[in-house]
Amino acid sequence: MAEIPIVFILAGLAAYTLLAGADFGAGLWTLLAGPKRAGRAATRDHARHAMGPVWEANHVWLIFVLVVCWTAYPLAFGSITSTLAVPLFIAAVGIILRGASYALRGQLDGARGQRTIENLFALSSILTPFALGTVVGGIASGRVPVGNATGNPVTSWLNPTSVLIGALAVAIGGYLAAVYLAADAHRLGERTLELDFRARALRSGLCAGALALAGLLVVRYDAPALFNGLTSGLAAAMIGVSAAAGLMTLLLVWRNHFGPARASAALAVAAIVAGWALAQKPRFLPGLTIDQAAAGRSTLLAVIVAVAGGAIVLVPSLILLFRLFLRGRLDPAVTLDATVLTPPHIAQNQKGKTRLLAALAGTTVVIGAGVTVFADPGWARALGIICLFAGAISTFGLATAEPDETT
Amino acid sequence: MTATLATVGGVFAMVDQDYLLQARQMQALSLAVHIPLVCFGIAFPAMVLFCEWRYLRTGDSLFRTLAQRWSKVMLALFAVGVVTGTILSFELGLLWPVFMASFGNVFGLGFTLEGFSFFIEAIFISIYVYGWDRLAPRLHFLTGIPVAIAGVTGSLTVISVNGWMNHPGGFTLRDGRAVDEHPWSALFGNFFFWHEFVHMYFAGYIVTGFLVAAAYAWGFLRGRWGRYQRTALTIALSAAAIAAPLQVVIGDWAAREVATEQPTKLAAIEGLGPTTRGAPEHLLGWYNGHEVVFGIEIPRLLSLLAFHNPNATVQGLDAVAPQDRPPVNVERFAFQTMVGIGTLLALLGVVYLYVRLRHKRLPGSPWFYRAVVLAGPLSVLALVAGWITTEVGRQPWIVYGVMRTSQAVTDARGIPIGYGTLIVVYLGLAAGVGWLLRRFSRLPLEVDRDG
Ligand code: HDD
Ligand code: HEM
Ligand code: HEM
Repeated sequence: MAEIPIVFILAGLAAYTLLAGADFGAGLWTLLAGPKRAGRAATRDHARHAMGPVWEANHVWLIFVLVVCWTAYPLAFGSITSTLAVPLFIAAVGIILRGASYALRGQLDGARGQRTIENLFALSSILTPFALGTVVGGIASGRVPVGNATGNPVTSWLNPTSVLIGALAVAIGGYLAAVYLAADAHRLGERTLELDFRARALRSGLCAGALALAGLLVVRYDAPALFNGLTSGLAAAMIGVSAAAGLMTLLLVWRNHFGPARASAALAVAAIVAGWALAQKPRFLPGLTIDQAAAGRSTLLAVIVAVAGGAIVLVPSLILLFRLFLRGRLDPAVTLDATVLTPPHIAQNQKGKTRLLAALAGTTVVIGAGVTVFADPGWARALGIICLFAGAISTFGLATAEPDETT
Repeated sequence: MTATLATVGGVFAMVDQDYLLQARQMQALSLAVHIPLVCFGIAFPAMVLFCEWRYLRTGDSLFRTLAQRWSKVMLALFAVGVVTGTILSFELGLLWPVFMASFGNVFGLGFTLEGFSFFIEAIFISIYVYGWDRLAPRLHFLTGIPVAIAGVTGSLTVISVNGWMNHPGGFTLRDGRAVDEHPWSALFGNFFFWHEFVHMYFAGYIVTGFLVAAAYAWGFLRGRWGRYQRTALTIALSAAAIAAPLQVVIGDWAAREVATEQPTKLAAIEGLGPTTRGAPEHLLGWYNGHEVVFGIEIPRLLSLLAFHNPNATVQGLDAVAPQDRPPVNVERFAFQTMVGIGTLLALLGVVYLYVRLRHKRLPGSPWFYRAVVLAGPLSVLALVAGWITTEVGRQPWIVYGVMRTSQAVTDARGIPIGYGTLIVVYLGLAAGVGWLLRRFSRLPLEVDRDG
């Protein structure tokens, strides 16, 4: 049972890499939106609009990873956050800057300071995945000992493995975003944008592949234990799957099959994450196995129940969102005519209703307040609070019922 | 395996205290930034949905415009709420790793559930806001409902964690770590969190209502007073004006829970040195280490309020060792700020409701609208002051009576740098949000024939 939450964490991590990674990548392309076939402004607009409706949901995967980790493996969480405080803090600041500049950017259209905000957005889009990648590298290369900030605050994340994984995270994001944006441009019939992003996808895909290969070499010298894990057994198979899927995506992009390319990119990322996990198993941190790091039975069970229950609501909701999104149902509407016409005539014969509402409001507020203040047993107080809520709602109904006709 | 855990837990036992104060201020700063945004997450979806519902029922397009415009503000504030909340999740680990390592297994479930709430909220808020004019009207309305529900469940689960920190249970302590934990009953079987939740829920409506109303009241003073503005103000102000007087009742409940479960916090709120029978209440004044000086004394009021008995005995600060007492003056000041503002807001609410219900109109005096403009920021102040009361009053414990804040703090260096960086970033964020809201308010209303 101790291992089930880690599967959740890894799944969350893969989802975050894929979904938020594409978000980050879109930010990267606004920075590198050099004049190609389509102009700089068109490129930026495209990247921005394409991500609009989904970025918040994509972002929650990170929260999910964090909270499951601290609930199910508290000791490991405390050790990781204290030793790797610096990159985590950088990532956090990057996230604020990114979120804030994102919210602002949509409204700027030509206002002063637009360039600064755009650049801030792009830079934070690179900084955040890089910092998070170095965190993964620190954990994977066994540089986070158990304890309160007992690891080296600098080399735990500024080391060959970390830097490489950080760079890989940025590259993967850029690649995913380019594939996605090319598909989106295709859907919108923007031929030049499509070609641009296709070219970007191919280039960044090659970059990501090269980094991954280089990564294996670096890991071999920098973290031999991890390398041994990665190159044996099931983990090696996963790495193979990832490499094959990676090549496959490139081929698909080359042939303009963007949809399937996205699926195989997802496979490549998921396989890498799984490979890493298998390579490291059962070690979580040096000297701490997953079993030792795990919380007690009832907590693990609670997490599993919560995630399973949550998934029942979450999965259909996510499917709905992405279906609407990918079909363009959430694209910016063309025009919104905001009208505030004179009110349609509504029958004013509501006196009786109003009286009833007023009586309800009066009694519930008085009873509610009285009971809440003077009653001691818990059930009575609960009743009082319910009365207060009822009173509040009915009073609100009264106060907003009739339009105010004065000026 | 238990033996391994014990030694591993031992690694966390002793820490260096260097940056404790800065760490606490950093945590407080981040919470104070996050929490006003949370109010919008709690109350705004319901208000927006109310407008849309009115539109669907009456066909009055004004309500549609209102809902649409508010929903855009809601999305922007949600985005900022998301990032500030994310900072908090990082900070819990960055600043208090020992707290997380020792007790994450007990309270973490609350945050796991919160995570799902946020997922739902983020998904449907996007569908709702981007779906205007794209989904069938009724369907569109329905997609807003999960947003409203998730805003409430999200705050409920977080507050259950805070309730647990103030009134911990559901675990056994071994070598400074929680073992044998029962997370469901620890969080939700804990009666201490209900008053916090209800009080915060009402605060959400007070803050959102008064802040939104303040924007339109400002417009009134500038002569922008068409049917659109009047309707918007009526809805926002009604919500706040109803919640404000009721908040006093809930606050009284909160005070009595504190009186029985956290007597030291109550003693600090009042500045009560020795344990006293028939304890008085002091307004204003200063606690000099033994008693409150320069304050206005009201005999027996504290006993009456806390225990409904003018002769009840109230435990003083003397009952615990000096190192177990919270900073009294901060606590008193925060509490009195909240109650003072709360009383004023309640009065303002009653005045408004009287005019609105009795005379079926809005108040006409500019003074009323000046007061509403002030009420917006003041309600945020009350909110933050309330949380300071709760959190500072819990000191020196991070988990009340179980773990000291000083045991929880990180050993990592560099907190001052982080703190400084965060201040700068938050200032930038505040400027950005202010600019954004101004921009929203400037978007022209197409036609306002009535106004
Ligand atoms: C708009 C906000 C607002 C207003 C007008 C009030 N409060 Fe409050 N108060 C809060 C917002 C708040 C809060 C921020 O929401 C707190 C912090 C933690 C909590 O549960 O609610 C809080 C906490 C809090 C506590 C501490 C609870 C604890 O530590 O568990 C007490 C005793 C009161 N309040 C009492 C009052 C009284 C008697 C008020 C009467 C006027 C009042 N509050 C108005
Ligand atoms: C569920 C919600 C909350 C949780 C889990 C929480 C958690 C914490 C933690 C871990 C600390 C640091 C340790 C300590 O000083 O005890 C803290 C301190 C503090 N928090 Fe909260 N907090 C919550 C809500 C809030 C909110 C909304 C505010 C609003 C302003 C707030 C204000 C503070 C302050 C002022 C301190 C510093 C206390 C001091 O330094 O004396 N808290 N809280
Ligand atoms: C230590 C304390 C807290 C932490 C760690 C925390 C964490 C978070 C996180 C991570 C988010 C973003 C969710 C997303 O990505 O959509 C968020 C937003 C939110 N938080 Fe907090 N939070 C804390 C305190 C509180 C408190 C005290 C409340 C209580 C009322 C609260 C209620 C909310 C709500 C309603 C949102 C939704 C976003 C919005 O509408 O602004 N949080 N919080």
